Amino acid sequence: MFPGVIELPMILAILPEILLVVLGAVVLLVDLALPAERKTNLGWVTAVGLVLIMVVSLLAGLPGVQPQTLWGGMVRHDWLGFVFKMMFLIAAAITALFAMDLPQAGRRGEFYLLMIASTIGMCVMASASDIILLYLGIETTSIPLYVLAGFLVRDDKSTEAGFKYLLFGALTSTVMLYGFSLLYGFTGLTNLYDLAVRLSEMFFSGQMTVSLTGALLLVLVGFGFKISVVPFHFWAPDVYEGAPTPISGFLSTASKAAGFAVLLRVMLVAFPAMSAQWGAILASLSVATMTLGNLLALTQRNIKRLLAYSSIAHAGYALIGLVSLGGGLGVTSVIAYLIAYLITNLAAFGVVSAVGRVTGSDEIASYAGLSRRSPGLALAMLVAFLSLAGMPPLGGFVVKVFVFASAINANLIWLAVIGAINSIIGLYYYLTVLKVVYLYRSDDDDKPLPVTRSYALGLGILVLGVILIGTVFVPWFNWATTAASAMF
Amino acid sequence: MQFPVLSVIVFTPLVAAVIMLLIPADRKTEVRVTALAAATFALFLSIWVYFNYDVNAGGYQFLERYEWLPPLGISLFLGVDGVSAPLVLLTGIVMFTGVLISWKIDDRPREFFAFLFILASGVFGVFAALDLFMLFFFYEIAVFPMYLLIAIWGWKETREYAAMKLTLYLFVGSMIALVGALAMYFTSGLGTFDMLALESVNFSPEFQRFWFPFVFFGFAVLGGIFPFHNWSPDGHVAAPTAVSMFHAGVLMKVGAFAALRVAIMLLPEGAQAHMWWIILLALVNVVYGAFIAMIQTDFKYVIGFSSVSHMGLVMLGFASLTPQGILGASVQMFSHGVMTALFFAVVGMVYDQAHTREINNLGGFRFAMPMVALAFIVGGLVSMGMPGFSGFVAEFPIFMGLWNSYPWIAIVAAISIVITASYIIRIVGKVFFGAMPAQFAGHIQDVTVLDKVALVLLSGVLILVGVYPSVMVPMVQSGVNYILRLLGGA
Repeated sequence: MFPGVIELPMILAILPEILLVVLGAVVLLVDLALPAERKTNLGWVTAVGLVLIMVVSLLAGLPGVQPQTLWGGMVRHDWLGFVFKMMFLIAAAITALFAMDLPQAGRRGEFYLLMIASTIGMCVMASASDIILLYLGIETTSIPLYVLAGFLVRDDKSTEAGFKYLLFGALTSTVMLYGFSLLYGFTGLTNLYDLAVRLSEMFFSGQMTVSLTGALLLVLVGFGFKISVVPFHFWAPDVYEGAPTPISGFLSTASKAAGFAVLLRVMLVAFPAMSAQWGAILASLSVATMTLGNLLALTQRNIKRLLAYSSIAHAGYALIGLVSLGGGLGVTSVIAYLIAYLITNLAAFGVVSAVGRVTGSDEIASYAGLSRRSPGLALAMLVAFLSLAGMPPLGGFVVKVFVFASAINANLIWLAVIGAINSIIGLYYYLTVLKVVYLYRSDDDDKPLPVTRSYALGLGILVLGVILIGTVFVPWFNWATTAASAMF
Repeated sequence: MQFPVLSVIVFTPLVAAVIMLLIPADRKTEVRVTALAAATFALFLSIWVYFNYDVNAGGYQFLERYEWLPPLGISLFLGVDGVSAPLVLLTGIVMFTGVLISWKIDDRPREFFAFLFILASGVFGVFAALDLFMLFFFYEIAVFPMYLLIAIWGWKETREYAAMKLTLYLFVGSMIALVGALAMYFTSGLGTFDMLALESVNFSPEFQRFWFPFVFFGFAVLGGIFPFHNWSPDGHVAAPTAVSMFHAGVLMKVGAFAALRVAIMLLPEGAQAHMWWIILLALVNVVYGAFIAMIQTDFKYVIGFSSVSHMGLVMLGFASLTPQGILGASVQMFSHGVMTALFFAVVGMVYDQAHTREINNLGGFRFAMPMVALAFIVGGLVSMGMPGFSGFVAEFPIFMGLWNSYPWIAIVAAISIVITASYIIRIVGKVFFGAMPAQFAGHIQDVTVLDKVALVLLSGVLILVGVYPSVMVPMVQSGVNYILRLLGGA
C-alpha cells in the first residue's frame, strides 16, 4: 500500500502537523535562549508561529475539490479535516496569548510545547482515516492535556484536575480501544472507508448485528468523553475548575471540536448503515446532555464550573445537528455550530482568565462591579455570554437557528423544541452572570482592573470574530458546507 | 439606484451605539450629543419615508435587497407598506423623545444610550424586514437589551425580577415562533425566507391550523396578549422612563406587528380557523386590563395595565379580521405608541420630582409643572377615545369592525372605555389637581426645556392625527387592503 516515495501532495496533506513540530522545536530553542525575565515572550512566539502556520496552510495546503487519501490510506486530505485544523490553530494561538501573563505557566517553555503537541494530536484526529492513526491522534491530544490540566503543581485543585482527567481519559480510551479492536476483529480492516463497505455488508446481511452495535457503543464511550456528553461528563466541571483557565478554554473548545471531528467522520463514514442505531443513541444523549448541562449550570457559584456545564450543554446542541441527517443541513450545521462556539467560548474563558488573574477568584460573586472596573472586559463578557445564549447579531444565534432548522428539516421537531426550551434555561443563567457584572457593586468599584496587551489583543479578535460570524455568514457557512460534503 | 433610506434608518442607531462605546466613559456630554444627533437623523429619515410613501401605489415601497446567505435564501430584504411606515415613524419619534428625556441619566450614560440604540435598531429592523429570518434577527436584537436596560437603570425595588421575567417570557415566545417559522420555511419548499414569496405559498389548511397558534402566540407574547401579559406591567414599572416609553410605546407593537405580518399574513387560513377564541383572550385583555388599571394605586402600574388593555384593542381589531378592525388596530398601534410614550414620560417627570408614585400621596402638580399636566390630559383624552384625538380615529373603526362580526364582543369591550375614563380622570384629579401635599410644596421644580420639547412633540402628533386623520388613515388603508387580499377579501 505504501509506495515508499514521499510526494508533494503527501507533504501538503500534513503540512500543519509538520510545521507544528517545527514550531515546537523553535519554542524549546527560544526558551533556552531567552533570559528568565523575558520568558513571557514565548507566548508571542507561539501565537505568532501558530498564525504563520495557519497562513502557510491556507496558502499552500488547501485540499483540492477531490479529497485525497494518502500515506497508505492513513490520512485523508479533505476540507473537513482542514476546517477543523484551522479551528485548532486559532484556539491554540489564542490560548497562548491568554496563558503568557499567567505567573505560574506563562514563563515555562514546556507549557507551550505541550500545547503544541496536543494541537498536533488534534490535527491528526481531524484528518485520520484509519482507526489506528485515529487512536494515536486521540492519545497525542490527551496526554499533553492531562499534564496541562495539572500544570499548577502548587495548586491542589489543579493537581486534582490533572489526575482526574487522566483517570477518566485513560479509562474511556481503553474502552474505545477495545471497541476498535472488536471492529478489527470482525472485519480484519482498519481503514474507515474500507470498514464502511464491510460493515454495511455485514449489517444488512444480518450478521452479528448485536456485536456490531456493542462495538459501536464502546467506540461512542471514548468519543463521548472527548466531547463531554452525559453520562461521560463528570470530569468536565472539576477539570475546568482546577486547570489553568486558558487551558480550560482550550479543553472546552479545541479538544471538544476535535472530538466532534472524529465523531462526525467515524459515524458518517464507517457506520452509515447503522445510522438508525447511533442516531437514536445520540439523540437521547443530546437531550440528556443539553438538559442536564443546563440544569446543573443553574446552581453554580464558580464561573469556571458554570462554563463547564454550559459547554456540556453546547455539546448537546451540536449533537442535534449530527442526528438530523435527513435534509442535508445537519452536518453543515454541526460544523457551523462548532466554529461559532469555539470563538465564543474562547472569549468567555479569556475574560474569566483576565479577571481571575487579577482578582485571584473565580467565584461569580467576585465579578460584581466589573463593568465599572473594566468596561472593556465587561463588554467582551457581554458579547461572549449573549452569543452563548444565542442572541443576535452574535455568532451563537445564527448557528443555533441552523441547528434547530436542520432538526425541523429532518422532521425531528420534538428535538428542536427541546433544544429551544434548553436555550431558554441557558439564557437565564447567562443573564444571571451578566447581572452581577453590570448591576452589582463591590468595594473595589473604583479600582480599575488592568488588562494586559495580550488579553486585549486576543479578546478583541474574538469579540470581532463573534460579531462577524453572526453578521457575515457567507464565507464560513460555505466552509462548513464544503467540509460537510467532503467527507465521502 | 435610489438612496437606501431604510437600511440607513435601521443601521443609524447601531452605528451610533458603536461610536458611543468608543467614546471614553467620562465624556458624558459627548455621548449624549452623539445620541441626540443620531436620533434626530433617524427621526428625519423616518418622517421622510412617511411622507414620501406613495399612498396611491400602495404595496411595499423603498425596497432594498442584499443577498446575505444565498444557499439558504436569506437576504437583507427591507421595505415598508402602509401599516409599517407609520410604525417606523413611531419608532423615530419615541427614540428622539426618549433621548431628550434621558438626558439627565448620569450612571454610565454611554452604555445606556448604546443599549437603547441597539434596541432601536432591532425595532426599526422588524418593522422594515421583509425576510422572515431577518425579522427574527432584528426581533431578538430588540429584545435582549431590555434586560440590561431594566436591570441596570431600572427601579431598584423590582428591577432584577422584572427584567428576568420579561426576558424569559419574550425569549420563550420568540423560540416558539421560530420553530413555527422554520416549519414554514421548509414546508414551502421554496428555500427562501422572502416573506413576499412565502405570502404566495398556499400552505395546506392542516398545516396552517396546526402552526398558526405557535407563531401567533410566540409573537403576541410581546404584544401582551392574555394570559401571557404578566411580564409587561412589571417590566414597564421597573424600567427607567425612556425604556418604559420604548417598551410600551414601540416594543409591544413589535409583537403585535410580527404576529400580524408572520402569523396572520402568511397563515391566513389558520387565522380564520383560530380567531374565534383568540378574540376572547383579547377581550379579556381589554376589559380585565382596564379593571386592574383602575384599582392600582401606583401611578406607573396604572399606565402599565392601561397598555395591556389598549394592546388588547389592537389584538381585537386584528382578530375581527374585518377591514375596519384591522385598519383601526393598525392606527391604534401608532396612536397608542405615541400616547403611552407620553404617559410614561409624564410618570417619569413626576417621579423624578416627587420620588413616589403613590397616587394618593400626590397632588397639585399642575401648579408646579403645568405643561406636564396638560400633556397628560391630552394623553388621557386619547386614551379614552375622544373625538379630535388620535385614539378616536383608531378605536372607532375597531368597534365598527367588531360590531360587524361579533356584536357581543363589541358591547363588552366598550365597557373598557368607561373604565379607562374613570382611571384617567382619577389620576388627573388626584395627581395634577387638588392641593399639593405639604412635603412637596416648594420642592417641586418644573421640567427642563428638553422635556418640554418631547412633550410638545408627542402631544402634537396625537392631536394632529386626531383632527386631520387623512394624514394617516389612507396610508394605513392601503396597507390593510393588501392584507385583506391575502385573507381572501374577507
